[in-house]
Amino acid sequence: MVAFQHRQAAHCESGVVASLVSHYGLPMSEPMAFGLAAALAFAYLPFIKMGGMPLISYRMWPGAIVTAMHKRLGITMERQTFRDSAAGMAALDAQLDAGRAVGLQTCIYWLPYVPEQFRFHFNVHNLIVYGRDGDEYLVSDPLFETVTRCPRDALAKARFAKGAMEAKGLMYYPKQAVPNIDYRKLLPAVIRANYRNMMQPLFPMIGIKGIRFLARNIVKLEKKKDPSLPLYLTHIVRMQEEIGSGGAGFRFIYASFLQEAAALLENAVVMDAAKQLTAAGDEWRRFALHATKMIRGRSPMDSQAIAGILNHCADREAAMWKTLITSI
Amino acid sequence: MEKDSVPQDNSPTYAGLRKLLYAVDAQGKYTGVPSTGWEVESFATQTAVGELDRLRRDAWQRARNGQTSTLEFHMYRNRMELDTLAATTGIWRWRVRRHFDPGRFAKLSVRDLTRYADAMGITIDALRAVPDQAD
Repeated sequence: MVAFQHRQAAHCESGVVASLVSHYGLPMSEPMAFGLAAALAFAYLPFIKMGGMPLISYRMWPGAIVTAMHKRLGITMERQTFRDSAAGMAALDAQLDAGRAVGLQTCIYWLPYVPEQFRFHFNVHNLIVYGRDGDEYLVSDPLFETVTRCPRDALAKARFAKGAMEAKGLMYYPKQAVPNIDYRKLLPAVIRANYRNMMQPLFPMIGIKGIRFLARNIVKLEKKKDPSLPLYLTHIVRMQEEIGSGGAGFRFIYASFLQEAAALLENAVVMDAAKQLTAAGDEWRRFALHATKMIRGRSPMDSQAIAGILNHCADREAAMWKTLITSI
Repeated sequence: MEKDSVPQDNSPTYAGLRKLLYAVDAQGKYTGVPSTGWEVESFATQTAVGELDRLRRDAWQRARNGQTSTLEFHMYRNRMELDTLAATTGIWRWRVRRHFDPGRFAKLSVRDLTRYADAMGITIDALRAVPDQAD
């Protein structure tokens, strides 16, 4: 078994990738992994339904951070999926016996160490397994403050749960030691890539335009006197605050990345952009707070006001990106 | 967000866990801060869970009355709805909906029953029954 340094993270995928990359030789913070993957995003896709509700995402799609490490760090991230759970568990055992720690994609519903309150059928929860003790696996789950254990049967079930975005037992790890990287070259490139995600999307439901599209839709629902408006707003807040680390949370992770980048690039404008993005994150939290007040009937339903806050988020983020892109 | 304004609302939905958030300290520098929950987030989660609870109790009552199959009750009980159950079993939505018919469900093959039971992690016998209590 290998000595493994567990760290809690705000978001499971960036946490797992940062811990794995650190374990394989290059110390890296969670925000740095998130930033290097250009993972900050916004997408409102009303035609994709999850449990009858539209898909709203505040970051890149699952798996994007793992695969970005190929491109940005110049390392090979081995990614394996399996046809059945026996093969998947055997491959996991082989890696552990070879002294490796590996990342796994799982369905959080089947992990017995997760409290009932967190257990939904959510297929893209990432964790690290770093060892085995008989039929128990030693787990570093970034959701938790400390390491934990998971029995074999449950882990197999969680890895091979079916459904939307199913893991198919996905296991990943850096194939070789991670070399030092040239941050001065890399950081401007990844910041520019993220600028394009937010400011020049291929579809108007994505990026800054996506935020404004969502704002317009909320107003439209109230105009139609749609009775599902409160439930719909609850869903937005839930997608924002509970799933992963939440919409505002991702803004704060990226702002933290910008602070790190500013120090490495010795660039005061990037430092200032971090401050602007923090303010945008606070605005997202204000949105959640006000929407919840209206849902609970503690203040009158006012879709114009809600849309106003969302447009304000969009304005602040757009201004931040404009500052940032001119400075690098 | 500033470190001092990181919510510490002891949310019941956190079950005693603390989640990590990033916030700025007095010097304006980002640092990880554990949070015991935010009331706003907790409300959204509880609304979602409450909605599933309502559907489950309703399905329980109808299953007891023979108006729906036990499948619908077990679906909600395992925190699923139609989309999730269809996706996790690989059985088409319209077929799942037909299997809510008690008559059709009673005639279901062992193969299909196994698919439902496996997706929920329960036995076929459990799938065919409803408990005495809805909770």
